Amino acid sequence: MLATRVFSLVGKRAISTSVCVRAHGSVVKSEDYALPSYVDRRDYPLPDVAHVRHLSASQKALKEKEKASWSSLSMDEKVELYRIQFKESFAEMNRGSNEWKTVVGTAMFFIGFTAILIILEKRYVYGPLPHTFDKEWVAMQTKRMLDLKVNPIDGLASKWDYDKKEWKK
Amino acid sequence: MASEVLAKHLMRGLLARCLRIHVVEAFLVSLGVAALYKFGVAEPRKKAYADFYKNYSPEKDFEEMKKVGIFRGIT
Repeated sequence: MLATRVFSLVGKRAISTSVCVRAHGSVVKSEDYALPSYVDRRDYPLPDVAHVRHLSASQKALKEKEKASWSSLSMDEKVELYRIQFKESFAEMNRGSNEWKTVVGTAMFFIGFTAILIILEKRYVYGPLPHTFDKEWVAMQTKRMLDLKVNPIDGLASKWDYDKKEWKK
Repeated sequence: MASEVLAKHLMRGLLARCLRIHVVEAFLVSLGVAALYKFGVAEPRKKAYADFYKNYSPEKDFEEMKKVGIFRGIT
């Protein structure tokens, strides 16, 4: 019962869309964002459309002049034509900025804030360490590991001088 | 407007040049890293093992451990 109601809603929407299409003569108006757009990208050097869409009268005249021989164009006119076609030059679009300072600063700020939280956590939330972390216990533990000759080639026992009974310098 | 004559830009072969430089650089860097590892890590480790086992006697090792008293089955 609910499913049929849902389907009927969908059906109504579909019908109304097609009615609209017929009313406007089958021309669907595209939204601005759905049309080909201009982008300033290093890896897309020739964008889909020109930068300036609506040319002024002088710009239209210049476009007409462009259809003739290009050697008749002055330097300023060539630059004007370039600026009609493109928003920023490669040098302009690739310019560096100081954004990295903001990013690094914000990241360090939040890391510092987290450090404060961890300090408060250790002080007010955590219980005591187990007794196996006491200095005496760790000393007994290390002595036993040396007696067992743990890692005698590259590791712990290799750093202990068994003759002089001290750590190797 | 002053028209300065810029040097002619390199317009062709940019990808080939980039690839050539980076392939050579990658080869050299990996050779360097491999050499560093061999002489920094692998050779010292082999030497440490060789030195350890040159005068190693398992019986002596066992007697030392027994004297310290870590075994529970024997004293």
